[in-house]
This record gives sequence, C-alpha cells and structure tokens, in this order.
Amino acid sequence: MNLRVNWRASVSLVGTVVKWLSVPLLFPLIIAAYYGELDAIRTFVTTIVIALVVGSSLERLEPDPDLGAREGFLMVALTWFAVSIVGGLPYVIAGNQITLLGQFPFINVVSSPSTLADPVNALFESMSGFSTSGATVMGDISFETHSRALLMWRQLTQWLGGMGIVVLAVAILPELSVGGAQLMEAEAPGPGIQKLTPKIAETARALWKAYLGITALEIVLLYGLHLLGPLVGQPLAPNMTLYNAVAHGFTTMSTGGFSPEARSIEAFSAVVQWLIIPFMVAAGTNFALFWHVLSGDPRKLIRDAEFRFYVGVMAVLSAILTALLFTHQELVFVPGGAPVAGNFESSLRHAAFQIASIVTTTGYASMDFNTWNSSAQYLLFAAMLIGGSAGSTGGAIKIVRWYVILKSLRRELFTTVHPEAVRPLRLGGRALDERAVRGIYVFTLLYMVIFFVSALLLFLNAERAGGPNLNTLEALSAVAATLGNVGPGFQLLGPMNSYLPFSDTSKLFMVALMWIGRLEILPVLVLLTPAYWRS
Amino acid sequence: MRVIIVGAGEVGSSIAQSLADSHEVIVIDRDGERVDSLTYSIDVLAIEGDGTSLATLQEAGIEEADMVIASTDDDETNLVICGTAKTIDDPFTIARAKKVDYLDTWEHAEQGAFGVDFMVCTNLLTAMDIVRVIGLPAARDVDPFAGGEVQMAEFEVRAESPVANQTVREADRFESLTFAAIIRNGDVDIPGGETVIQADDKVVVIGSPESVQQFALEVAPDETPDADKELVVIGGSEIGFHTARLLEQRDLRPRLIEQDEERARELAEDLPKTMVMASDATDAEFLAREHVDEADVVVAALENDEKNLLVSVLAKQLGAERSIAIVEDAEYVSLFEAVGIDVAINPREVTAEEITRFTREDGAENIALIENDRAEVLEIEIDADSVLTGRPIHEAVADLPSGVVIGAITRNGKFVVPRGDTVVQENDHIVLFVDTNVLNEVNDVI
Repeated sequence: MNLRVNWRASVSLVGTVVKWLSVPLLFPLIIAAYYGELDAIRTFVTTIVIALVVGSSLERLEPDPDLGAREGFLMVALTWFAVSIVGGLPYVIAGNQITLLGQFPFINVVSSPSTLADPVNALFESMSGFSTSGATVMGDISFETHSRALLMWRQLTQWLGGMGIVVLAVAILPELSVGGAQLMEAEAPGPGIQKLTPKIAETARALWKAYLGITALEIVLLYGLHLLGPLVGQPLAPNMTLYNAVAHGFTTMSTGGFSPEARSIEAFSAVVQWLIIPFMVAAGTNFALFWHVLSGDPRKLIRDAEFRFYVGVMAVLSAILTALLFTHQELVFVPGGAPVAGNFESSLRHAAFQIASIVTTTGYASMDFNTWNSSAQYLLFAAMLIGGSAGSTGGAIKIVRWYVILKSLRRELFTTVHPEAVRPLRLGGRALDERAVRGIYVFTLLYMVIFFVSALLLFLNAERAGGPNLNTLEALSAVAATLGNVGPGFQLLGPMNSYLPFSDTSKLFMVALMWIGRLEILPVLVLLTPAYWRS
Repeated sequence: MRVIIVGAGEVGSSIAQSLADSHEVIVIDRDGERVDSLTYSIDVLAIEGDGTSLATLQEAGIEEADMVIASTDDDETNLVICGTAKTIDDPFTIARAKKVDYLDTWEHAEQGAFGVDFMVCTNLLTAMDIVRVIGLPAARDVDPFAGGEVQMAEFEVRAESPVANQTVREADRFESLTFAAIIRNGDVDIPGGETVIQADDKVVVIGSPESVQQFALEVAPDETPDADKELVVIGGSEIGFHTARLLEQRDLRPRLIEQDEERARELAEDLPKTMVMASDATDAEFLAREHVDEADVVVAALENDEKNLLVSVLAKQLGAERSIAIVEDAEYVSLFEAVGIDVAINPREVTAEEITRFTREDGAENIALIENDRAEVLEIEIDADSVLTGRPIHEAVADLPSGVVIGAITRNGKFVVPRGDTVVQENDHIVLFVDTNVLNEVNDVI
C-alpha cells in the first residue's frame, strides 16, 4: 500500500486549472479591445500566453493524474495559490509595461505610479480578489491610473473565486469528476457538502448555474435602473453604467467587495444601495437552497433552519445598528447624501447595508463607517466573525457553526440539570452526528486561536518593520477582514483607505491568511503536518 | 367460511377459538404437541406442518379456503405465507407483523404488498391502545380509522364541562374536527351550528387525533392530559417508541427512559418532542431525581415481563398516579392487575382481537357501533361510481339521505378536512357517521 502523496498528480491538475484560466482572461482582453486600451491588450495577451505555457508545462508532469484524498487537499490548496499568482501578473505587467514586442526584457516604466506594480502588492490584490476578501492595496482607484480592462479583471477574479475555482473546474473538466467530491469538500465553505445530484459534476454545474443566473439578474436590474432613470424623468442610478453594473454584479454575488469606484457603493444612489442589499443577502445564502427553489421547491428555503437563523441575526443586528446611527448626533453629514442621524430611511439603509455587507463578508461600504461612533464600529467588528451560510460565497466562521454552538451550549445547560438526558442537536429536523458537532467546535476554536495569534504577529511585525503603528481595533480587524475574507477593516484600514501602508512581510502574512481563510483553514493546515506527507 | 390459520400460538389459538363456532377453521402449526392439544380443546382441524410450504397449504385445502390468517411470531414467515397462498388461489389474506416498516410498505402500495390483503401490526396496535388509555380517559369510546389518521370519539358532557350549554358553533374551535352526532336520552341527533350541547348529552366527534385530543381538553380539562402532564414511558422497545411517537402527535411531551445508550440516541433522534434519558429505570434514586414519582402516567414497555412488573410497582410505590404495563405472557395479566398495576396490556390479545373483529366485519373497511347499534361509523374507500366522486361535498349531500355526516377524509394516508367545497376523489377513504335507519340507502349510493 502506497500512502505517500502523489504530488505530481496534484501539480499536474493545478497546471490544467492554470491553463484554463486563460479563458476568463479573454474577458478583460475584450474589454480592452472595446475601449481601445492598447496597453491593456498587451498586458492580457502576455498574461494569457504565460498562463498557457506555464499551465501546459505543469500539466505534463503527470499525464494521467489519479486523485486520492491527500492529492485532493494538495491540489485545492495549490490551485488557489497558483491562480492568485497568475491572476496577479496583469497588475505587475500593466504597472511595469513589459513590451514583449520590443527588445525583451525591455522594461519601460510608464508614467503610471500604480502601487500594484510591486509584485507583493499584486499578489495581495490578486489573492484578495480570488479569495473574495476585497482588501485592497491600491493607492488610487481610478481610470486615470488603471485601464478599464485591468479594473474589470480585478472584479472578475472575485466572481471566479466566489463559487469556487475548484467547483468550477469540477463542473467543466471531466478529468476531475472522479475525485470531485473530495475537492469540493476541501474547498466548499461550511461543514460538509450537499450533493444535489448523483453526479458531482452535475452538482457543481447546478451551483454555478444558480450563481451565474443570480449574477445576471443583478446586472440586469442595476443597469435597468440606470436606463429607467431618464424615462421616469429623474435619475435613479446616474452612475450605474453598464460597466459598473457588470463590475458590481461580479463582486456582490461573490461577496467580494471590490469596486472600481473609489468610494465603493457610496458612489451610487440610495435606490442602488437598497437593491444591492437583497443580493448580498442572497450571496450569503446556501446556493443549494436556490437550486431547490429553482427546481420547484421554494419552501425548502423558508424552512431551512440555517437560513432562518441567518436572516434573523441580520435583522436583529440591523435594528440595533439603525438605532445607533439614528441617535448618533455627530453623524449629520455624508458627502453627497442625506444626513444619517435623525433620518430613519438613511439610518436603516446604511445599517442594513453594512450589516448585510459585513455578515456576508462582502465588504462593500455605503458610507465610510470610520465616521461612526465606537459602539457602532465594534458591532460591525463583531459581525465580521459571523460569516455567511454554509455553501454560500461568504467567508468567516459561518452562521451554521454559531447556530450549532449556541444550541449545544443550551444543551449543556440542560444536561447539567438532567444528566441522563439524551439530546441530539438538531439542524432543522435532522439530528446532527456528534462527530460533526465536535468538528464544529474544533474549527471554531482553531479559527479563534489563529485569529488572536495572527493579530499578535501583525502587532509585533509592525513594531519590527517600523510601522504602521496599529491600535487594537486595527490589528484585530485586519485579521478578521483577511482571515474571514471580509475586506475592509477599521480606521487605518477603513473602507475608503487601503492596506498599502503595511510592510511587505505583513502583506505576505495576510496573503496567507486570506488563502487559509478561503479554504477554511484545515485543507491548508493539514499540509503542514508530517502525518500528511508520511505514509 | 373456510379459514386457514397458520401459527397456533396465543394469537392463532385465540382467533381460532373465536371463529370456530361459526366457521370451518383449519389451523397449521409446526409444533406437534400444540397441534394435538388444539385438536382436543377446540373444534378445529389442526395440521402439523410448515405454513410457508405449498404442500402443507394444499393439504389444508387452500383451494377451498376463503381466508388465510398468518399469525406466527415471525413477521417474514407471515408475509411468505400470504404470498404463497396467493400463488395458488385468491383467498383473503391477513398477516400479523410486528415491524411497523412492513405496515408502512403495505399501506404505501396501491393494492397492498406481499400478497397481503389486511395487515395487523402488533407493535403499533399496542401502542395505539396505550395511547388511547392515556390520552382520552374522559372518552367513553375511541376508535381509530384510516390507519390511525382519523379518530372517532364519544364523550359524555357533564354539567361542569365548559362546553355544556354552548352551541356546537361555539364548542367547535378546531380545524379538523367534525361534530357527527349528539345523543340525548338515547336519540341520535345530527347537530347543526346552533344546536345547544346540554349536560348529560353524549357527543360523537370525528377528526384527527390531535384535534380530538384538543376537544377532549375542552370537554373535560381535568381528566385529559395536556402538555403539563407528566407522562413517562419506560423502555425504548418498538412499543415504547411508537407510544412516545403517538403521544407526540397529540402535542404531548412524554419522557422516555432507555437503558442502552445507543438505542437512546436513536430514539432521541427520531422523537424530537420527547425527552429521552439513558438510565436504568430500576434506579430509584434516578427516578426520584427526575420526579417520576410525580408522573401522572407511567408506561412500562421493557422487553421483559418481570422487569415491567418491577418498574411498574416501583413507580407506583414512589407515587406515580397511574401505571400501564405491557405483558407478553397472557397468564400474567391478572397477576399484574392484582398487584396494583392499573392497566396490563397484552400485545397478542390486542392483535387477536383486532383480527377477529376484522373477520367478523366481513371484509368491510372498518366500523364502530354507536349507542347499541343506533348508528355506525364506517370507513369507506371511494370508487368511481360513488355519488361523492368528483363533486364538492355540498353538492353531493343533496343525494345523500339525512342522518349522514362526512366526518373525515384521508387521501394517500393524509388527513383532509371535509368542508362544503372539498371535492372527493376516487380512492379517498372517508369516515362516515350513519344513522342505522338509512344505512342500506347510504351503502347503495356511496
């Protein structure tokens, strides 16, 4: 019996995925052609060539890859890393403008002072994109500095990462269908996967179809609002051009949070903000439920215990936050918008928007919540740890785990009084296996340990590297935002600021946090154990 | 009628005994001694042999038989006997089964399954019996219809009852309950919304077990257990499990004590409203700590008669109000009751009674007699020719004689509330209250 890891098989499949990454890379290429952005055309042609060459050569490593459980972990973990590296190439290339047609390597540093030209920043931005975190190191988000194609690529990385690169690969690559369940298990958020159909590739396709469909619906509605404005005689969504509609459709449904607008969703009208809220809520919902709704069983959604808890938690938090904003005296002015304090619609809108955005780990901002008082900010910080539903695109700990933990606490109290009572934990009508419950404790504890240790390391490293000096909320929120794939943090890392001031080592550390956060820790940590590699 | 009974245990012998007077009965058993003793004790033909074998059945004259009753102690054997009988001829087959899964399968199949025409599930019947005893002590009579989905109950209204002097409209607060009749001084009366319920009336209601339970709470709140009552089931046997399950269906929250941890976990998963405890039920300290002494009803459903006796006595001694015990050995029944156990239920007796009752009813679906045959409650499967088929009830009523009430409908085993605009479909089961005077008339049109 040979139990050692066949790393060649894993790497070969990573190569396949990298090779196929050239297909979505065509999208920004088309955008570049449409807007006549010559630099961008060069950038993406170069990236596509590199993806094809690197991908195909890696693929050669093992002509007939055979995936076991161990190879699955390695492949999933490596895929996310490799894809992030390749996905970061356009930022570096665009920033440095390598001209392939000229004398290679003739590096012509164009006027562009883009912060993304730095490889560490590019990797950070790309990992933040694919992991749907939405934390950015861009100094200046504008079409002055960046091409439309490049900014759209940034949006697209999030959309690809949302439902899962590996799920997508399982859906379309027949060679992955055998080990597909293990791969999806390693990648899918939340405990366990739900097989919707007998064939795993079919399940993956069903999930992607639902994802694609809802994204398309959002784009149509957003752009529809824009077009409808002139017809009704008042601008409903003046800023929501087709480009913006597509860009935000990509990053709402993936709970990503990137925006080509420097002011995020604050740049849009109140109607747009209201419209995006339900889509963020949908993005944080288990997509298997949408599949049931679409196949004619909508009651499954309403009856789902996790969904009810998820909606309930958000409703309660939004109500508290609304009250906080409504009574917050200093919060009277928002640039270009109505005052928040004392205005119920505005308070409710920003509260509901921000809670939905943070709980689902989207990370959009409808206003700069750095201007809020500390109770409102700490409420948002706590919400960062909640996370979306299992099987959604949201990150963090996941609402289902909190639900189970709360129920098990209640059970502990009960069995203290009645020691002989046998009480299975129920999720909806179904009793949970005690091993699954233990798995949930372990995950949550591990998450919290990593969370606090990482915050400490960020502190220490800031000290060592000479800045920026972090306060407690900044350090904790930096970890919560990257490990939980939320995106923005507080104060220095607020929604209108960026992670740029961090040192390179801190940035690389946060790249790792986003990576293990997206894969829910265990598939990455298991690679670090000797037991994994030894037979 | 020529009846072949396979299995001459307690159930088989008891059925044989009650049928022997009016029918030709042939009993088959593998135990020669039993066959011998049967030959001398009852007037039946007893044959030694294996009821699952074709030759034995032929020897018993299966070709001429009208009915085969498979009543051995083994479920699978009983199913095979019925299947075998069907290969030769088409006698009406009755099988006894302990496992509720077989009953579910049988009920699920359109034409029955396993070649069985009527199935009697011992464990479920016993559990239903227990629940009737616990659940509706105020009822004078309770009968299940449509596989337990529908219940008919007769209550006596006392002067202190809250529904006394209310109109039917006022008393009827339940979604799935029909007032079938009010019996006053021996006269059967079909009530309208304005009929006033008087003290000493008897009220016949038909509805889902839950609503009948709730009605019982209205009529006799003091006597009917509600969610506050302490109901304790000891022993997670199949009977114990189904007892708890049926109690749950009536919105009661029983407690169940099962010693085996694994079985307890299984039960807890299947019984969301029951508090399952894993402990030895003979541990007096535990019983006291969990206040079993204050229980209103304790059901002993362990797998062993002696243990049932022990826990019942213990529970009574601690102070439990009423105790009900399962007794597998019929000879113990009187002993149990002699030492102070309130009700002793023998599953075999329950089964034998059910089968006998069924054979007497001549193959009709189900029946209950009200007030010395003045009225009947019938369960009828609707076929295409019925006046009810495909019409809303308020239209079809015109073609029915007065003195008929449609009490309940079940469709594919699910309760349907009969209202004026309900359309009856083919294969629905309806539970009817019928005045005996118009019985023949009703039988003709439905």
